[in-house]
Amino acid sequence: MSFEFPLLSLIIWLPIIFGIAVFATGNDRNAQLARSIALTGSILGILVAIPLYTSFDSSLATMQFVENHVWFERFNVNYHLGVDGISMPLILLNCFITPLVIVAGWQVIKTRVSQYMGAFLVMSGIVNGVFSSLDAILFYVFWEASLIPMFLIIGIWGGPNRVYAAIKFFLYTLLGSLLMLIAFIYLYQTSGGSFSIQDYHQLAIPMTPQILIFVAFLLAFAVKVPMWPVHTWLPDAHVEAPTGGSVVLAAILLKLGGYGFLRFSMPIAPDASHYLADMMILLSLVAVVYIGLIALMQADMKKLIAYSSVAHMGFVTLGFFLLNAYGIEGAMVQMISHGFISGAMFLCVGVLYDRLHSRQIADYGGVVNKMPTFAAFFMLFAMANAGLPGTSGFVGEFMVIMGTIKINFWYAFLAATTLIFGAAYTLWMYKRVIFGAVASPAVEELQDISKREFVLLAILAISVLWIGIYPFPLTEVMHATVDQLLAHVSISKL
Amino acid sequence: MQKLYLLVPLAPLLGALIAGLMGRIIGPVWSHRITIALVFASLLASIVIFVDVLEGNTYNGTVYTWLVTGDARFEVGFLIDQLSATMMVVVSFVSLMVHIYTIGYMHDDPGYQRFFSYISLFTFSMMMLVMSNNFLQLFFGWEAVGLVSYLLIGFWYTRPSAIYANMKAFLVNRVGDFGFLLGIAMVLMYFGTLDYAAVFTQAPEIVNEQIELIPGSSWLVITVICILLFIGAMGKSAQFPLHVWLPDSMEGPTPISALIHAATMVTAGIFMVARMSPLFELSENALSFILIIGGITTLFMALVAVVQDDIKRVVAYSTLSQLGYMTVALGASAYSAAIFHLMTHAFFKAVLFLGAGSVIIAMHHEQSMQKMGGLKRYMPITYGTMFIAALASAGVPGFSGFFSKDAIIEAVYFANIPGVDFAYFCVLATVFVTALYTFRLIFMTFHGQPRMDTHTKEHLHESPWVVTVPLMILAIPTVAAGWFIGPIVFGDYFNNVIYVSPQHNAIEKLGAEFSGIGGMMVHALSTAPFWLSTAGIFSAWFLYSAKTDLPGKIKTKLSILFTLLDRKYYIDEFYSWFFAGGTRALGTVLWKYGDVKIIDGFFVNGAARVVAWTSTIVRQYQTGYIYHYAFTMIVGIFVVLTLWLY
Repeated sequence: MSFEFPLLSLIIWLPIIFGIAVFATGNDRNAQLARSIALTGSILGILVAIPLYTSFDSSLATMQFVENHVWFERFNVNYHLGVDGISMPLILLNCFITPLVIVAGWQVIKTRVSQYMGAFLVMSGIVNGVFSSLDAILFYVFWEASLIPMFLIIGIWGGPNRVYAAIKFFLYTLLGSLLMLIAFIYLYQTSGGSFSIQDYHQLAIPMTPQILIFVAFLLAFAVKVPMWPVHTWLPDAHVEAPTGGSVVLAAILLKLGGYGFLRFSMPIAPDASHYLADMMILLSLVAVVYIGLIALMQADMKKLIAYSSVAHMGFVTLGFFLLNAYGIEGAMVQMISHGFISGAMFLCVGVLYDRLHSRQIADYGGVVNKMPTFAAFFMLFAMANAGLPGTSGFVGEFMVIMGTIKINFWYAFLAATTLIFGAAYTLWMYKRVIFGAVASPAVEELQDISKREFVLLAILAISVLWIGIYPFPLTEVMHATVDQLLAHVSISKL
Repeated sequence: MQKLYLLVPLAPLLGALIAGLMGRIIGPVWSHRITIALVFASLLASIVIFVDVLEGNTYNGTVYTWLVTGDARFEVGFLIDQLSATMMVVVSFVSLMVHIYTIGYMHDDPGYQRFFSYISLFTFSMMMLVMSNNFLQLFFGWEAVGLVSYLLIGFWYTRPSAIYANMKAFLVNRVGDFGFLLGIAMVLMYFGTLDYAAVFTQAPEIVNEQIELIPGSSWLVITVICILLFIGAMGKSAQFPLHVWLPDSMEGPTPISALIHAATMVTAGIFMVARMSPLFELSENALSFILIIGGITTLFMALVAVVQDDIKRVVAYSTLSQLGYMTVALGASAYSAAIFHLMTHAFFKAVLFLGAGSVIIAMHHEQSMQKMGGLKRYMPITYGTMFIAALASAGVPGFSGFFSKDAIIEAVYFANIPGVDFAYFCVLATVFVTALYTFRLIFMTFHGQPRMDTHTKEHLHESPWVVTVPLMILAIPTVAAGWFIGPIVFGDYFNNVIYVSPQHNAIEKLGAEFSGIGGMMVHALSTAPFWLSTAGIFSAWFLYSAKTDLPGKIKTKLSILFTLLDRKYYIDEFYSWFFAGGTRALGTVLWKYGDVKIIDGFFVNGAARVVAWTSTIVRQYQTGYIYHYAFTMIVGIFVVLTLWLY
């Protein structure tokens, strides 16, 4: 076996160690050093993650790159890591996004540079830990730990109303996850003293406790995703967060919730999942339609994209609870794709905000006259956000709609309205911001994107197009795991 | 041969990428040289493929696997047969002409390279659409042409009307695509594949399956599928009530009005339905639906064309009406006639648009025909070619439009499904209206006294050769394309491609009477369409050349009717009030009440307030006096003991 090398530990701890090194550079006199170390760390973070893809055996549904060491023997808590076809792409996404946010904050962040850069690296490692934990306590520790860097990023580098937003973010997500802890303790009791997530998958649980477990997990994950109606923290958090924070929040942190459904809710409580599937589907459809309508009316670009995120994540939860292969794989693709697109959209808004210090759509107009290259990139991402075929935004939505119609025609009908609403809110914003004659003296002063910004947006543009044109390799790694998950969920555990 | 298939779409794509990404480096001249050379390569390849298909070499194969999920494979592949080969030649030919024409039309525009990039990208997208062998790639091409259309309508992005029109076009098309995607999803659900060939072979098996969309009312699955797919066609081919975007699309530069909004993209819906004939033939209800939608579009849009003063808008409404003809033909199961009309229309409408563009250049971007007149003296080539196109459009025997339109009218006459009488009335009445508005355009623009200001008049001149040569080349098929009606419509040209069920044999009946194009022309002299079109041309001459004060009088007499037509039946007003306004109002209500008041105001901040309020009260108990705590403890022990003892 070539996997004796602790690859996953490296993927988790390397960014965290680099993050601590960045913190150690201290105050802003060493800002350039902090930036360099952070960039090195984040790029090394991608490099060490490459073997995860190349050595991954996509024909297996079992956990790979497994590491298992005793942590607290008294409570049977283990340092147990492993990845399958569901978590592996998410880890790659996370490693991919980290250097982008480091570069995005390169010149923009001028105060407490080392802490800003370090926070992102530490968070990157923690999130990798969430995606690879196979022990409930280890998972819970990483899960809660991921709140702290984001709380600080919003609270320190955020906008004027950052404290309200940071606390709202923190309390919302913390309250959600407390019930998850209770569910873990119940499962620990029932399983006769195990915190192994894989043991929980095999556990027979009667219907009522299954439903309670499902609901406990639901609160934790629904807040993260976020699902309607527990989504209202997200627009506030995005509006106040600095650009990098928004990118990570949308691209990575929301995926934790989606991942949770696949790793916990569905395999641990399959009967409850079936029983409550219709409710989940309806909540997701509300997110798609209701949030799509709200997004249309936003005057603040970041709020608009935040609401659009909620609507797109509605497709993720919708896909999961169709409980068929189209739905789950489509939702997975949607998660990856949303990582790229929402990240790119927030970066685009960041590019404008850095120049004009406003997020209000009304303050812009005619930007294309001054920033043609930027406008071209923004067009591509806007179209991807509207789900144009040939971009990644289409793939996931297409697969989920194909899966939905098998369940119910009208569900698919509601889901497909995203074709109209998604285009409406995105293109209307684009029209008001980018097109038209130069609207103000401030717009007249705008400079087109720098080389640094060009590289960032170009990398994301290539990713968005690549998944849109050739999604085959991405879904190929998921098949075995998703098939096994579906087989598992179809068997009653009562 | 398979490499040649790849060349057809990829050559224009390469051109688009070069002009788009490196346009600033290589400059305008090399941008147009490279894109034109690559589109020309695409045309040559299309012709070679066309000849190869005529020899009987069709192809259906995969290029690569896009995605595998569940039990379905989604592939990108080509289906090369008579239908796609015909479309490929038409698209690349018109596209090449428009590329050349653009050199003249856009020569001093700052967005010159960008424009070439867009039209090459369009050619790529359209090729992907017509060459596809499956629904998914069709949808890709379908939306990609929509994207390019969006970019090109808004090409002059500083104009408020242009950026309004392009968003409107995209959104209205998205409404159509919404139905189209659901239709594709239904296809996948019932057939388990999106491959044309596999779907068409299985289609007869589900002909009796029913679906209960609304409890208590069952529909044939095939009808639901066909109507959903057709909703997509209604968006793309601008059929009532999704037609509203096409007239506004005239905000774009004229070359794209010719290429995209007349000759090629808007015919995608017609092409799609013809391609799906094995499905549509199974559902009589869907065909009736198509007939009626097509009939409404044909007549009512033609009427609007009569009152337009903007030269491009006349041609735009004419396009809507002609698309209605094609749609009616589809509904009457005369698919080959629809495709044939698509082809002849592509040529004569391209001439009309490019000719209008030539006039607009000469008039310094003045588009109102009220300010034209007498142009034939200054622009003989433009006048000559447009006159030929007008004859074709009005359906004068001998010209291409006559053969294709006559075939449609006759086919509708022979068809026998519900709704056909209404459609027949519409297509027949429209013959008169078409001749009227087309020759109204000719007379108002080219004949009579010049009405422009003196400055414009002094500078009037024929357009440069890059503009007139494409016009002259396109004028050839405008006349001659119709002569091939025998093999294409009545012969066995489309036999292996288009399926017509034995009950819907209108074309077959018509073919039995067909005795060569000469016979068809002679026969026409004794039928209503010929006399209607003659009457139309005569009326146009009478009103707009002989008695030019009469239209004004008629306008005052029939002011209600005139206003109704001039406001396009108030459909735009209704849509922007009901759909756009309604959606915005709903969005505001959901946001201000749903999110802000109820979820955040009541639940989230309410919960916070409850916590704060509770803690304020509970805090009162933390007095710090020992005797308070001791008293509470005693009471507590007393209560617990009581409960425990009893």
